[in-house]
Amino acid sequence: MLNVALPKGRLGETVYDMFEKAGYDCPSIREKNRKLLFTNEEKGICYFWVKPSDVAIYVERGAADIGVAGKDILLEYMPEVYELLDMNIGKCMMAVAAPNGYIDRPQRTLRVATKFERIAANYYASVGRDIDIIHLNGSIELAPLLGLSDVIVDIVETGSTLRANNLSVTEKIVDISARFIANKAAYEFKRDEIRSLAAALAEQVKESTK
Amino acid sequence: MNQNDIVLKNEEKIIFLLRALYAGFGYRQYKMSKFEEYDLYARNKDFLISDNIITFTDTNGKLMALKPDVTLSIVRVTREQAGTVSRVFYDENVYRVSKGSHAYKEILQTGIECIGDIDAYCVSEVLYLAAKSLQTISGHYLLNISHLGIVSGLLDELCLSAEARREAVRLIGEKNLHELTALLEKAGTFGENERATESVKAKSPDGMNLTPGGKLLRILDTTGTPAEVLGTLRECGCDEHSVRELEDLTALLESTDAAGHIVIDFSVINDMNYYNGIVFKGYIEGVPTGILSGGQYDRLLRKMGKRAGAIGFAVYMDFLERFLERDEDHDVDIVLLYGPETEGALLFSAVRQLTGEGLSVSAQKTLPDKLRCKKVMRLGRDGVLESC
Repeated sequence: MLNVALPKGRLGETVYDMFEKAGYDCPSIREKNRKLLFTNEEKGICYFWVKPSDVAIYVERGAADIGVAGKDILLEYMPEVYELLDMNIGKCMMAVAAPNGYIDRPQRTLRVATKFERIAANYYASVGRDIDIIHLNGSIELAPLLGLSDVIVDIVETGSTLRANNLSVTEKIVDISARFIANKAAYEFKRDEIRSLAAALAEQVKESTK
Repeated sequence: MNQNDIVLKNEEKIIFLLRALYAGFGYRQYKMSKFEEYDLYARNKDFLISDNIITFTDTNGKLMALKPDVTLSIVRVTREQAGTVSRVFYDENVYRVSKGSHAYKEILQTGIECIGDIDAYCVSEVLYLAAKSLQTISGHYLLNISHLGIVSGLLDELCLSAEARREAVRLIGEKNLHELTALLEKAGTFGENERATESVKAKSPDGMNLTPGGKLLRILDTTGTPAEVLGTLRECGCDEHSVRELEDLTALLESTDAAGHIVIDFSVINDMNYYNGIVFKGYIEGVPTGILSGGQYDRLLRKMGKRAGAIGFAVYMDFLERFLERDEDHDVDIVLLYGPETEGALLFSAVRQLTGEGLSVSAQKTLPDKLRCKKVMRLGRDGVLESC
């Protein structure tokens, strides 16, 4: 039996579709009810929905054998897991954005508002810039508009929120997409199951990118 | 139930069993002091899992540290004598920052170190003891072995920049083949006609024709039993000497009761600045992380100015508390109730009588709310025990 942590929300639905097409279906998951665990004994798989940012925790601590998490979460929390496959969905990028016409002044400490402290800190360390990190939990775009920060580091999908607020991307940090991850010990003890699932998913990824 | 079963917690029993195991192979216990000069760790910071160390100033003004690691201390005090091997084991508390809570934690660690004139026998002995240690804890265990000679050999051939190499090592540890492929492609290490992803999947028999990058991806993709993996290594034309070492070692282990528990897995990767040769990691079913980690660390000895070779491992015992815990349905066998008028001597002899029968007794005036017991007894004024 493989325990799978799926990220709640639109991305999670797409992820489940891929699992289903790969042959790991579980019809009960489509039913509208208050159940939390969805098991298909025959296929040896049990799904559950968790908050997207919690997937990595469930997998790292072995409550889920495998899961699908965004690369942003993996980079931010650095969980001890295997990253087995790029699912090639939920694609976006981690980027630095600033108000249109912003001019960087390297002689000053840069104030950066972000939800992704580690990613921001690592990025600016790699370019040797002294920064002041302002951790926010949401509405990051507001920070530079109110003068709380100079720039923001955040996920950019279509860029429409940025455009609507007169912000634009100044630097791309890294490409983000959903990744198939596995608990390290679970991988050892359920190697064949996890590897064949990963292979079936890889086929799906190939199909969808054709 | 044997008295030891009652008194000793499971992890304590495991520690005794491991001690007996190591002592049987001529390992002597090494008892270290709680503190070590901070300097030792500062010089070898990368060797430590976390670089947060609890420090304090000793009465003579020296900066001391609560030990975050045992190996460094053992290496420091080991004397070299040509042709001999010094074998020690330890069970010690170390102090590290726990990843989740960002607070210091005391972690019980047991392990062995084998330092000196290390030969193939020593390596197989340590690996066998690692497998036996895991077996002592659980029958469902796996010992994953890698040979850094093979991995670093291929990485050397790739001629990556220091930064790209560091990144590649991290990706190898994550089994992250897709990003490793992208990294190698970016570094331009693949041959003109070689699509890396295809070459991995195709399992072409002519592994000899693969570029080092293609070989690296290929061997990372073939985790499995020695029988499954060794063939691929030969096909890929990996460093002959290292492959033979790995082959001899796994053949030897497969001839013992560890057979069927050995996995060759090249994603086992310890810090290459310190480790070389054989490295390994142990898992038991039901614990989400590796519980045993070790390898050959000749390079650490070079850094510390010693000529000898070394191999050892540590077993992290902090998970055992949860893994081995048997939920007792009672705290004591008998709660013995007595009144204010009960004579002390009578109560004392009654308790002694019960404990003499091998029962655990808690004498109380009234029944405590949270104490779970098998039976409640009352001591009458005349010294007669009655059940209630």
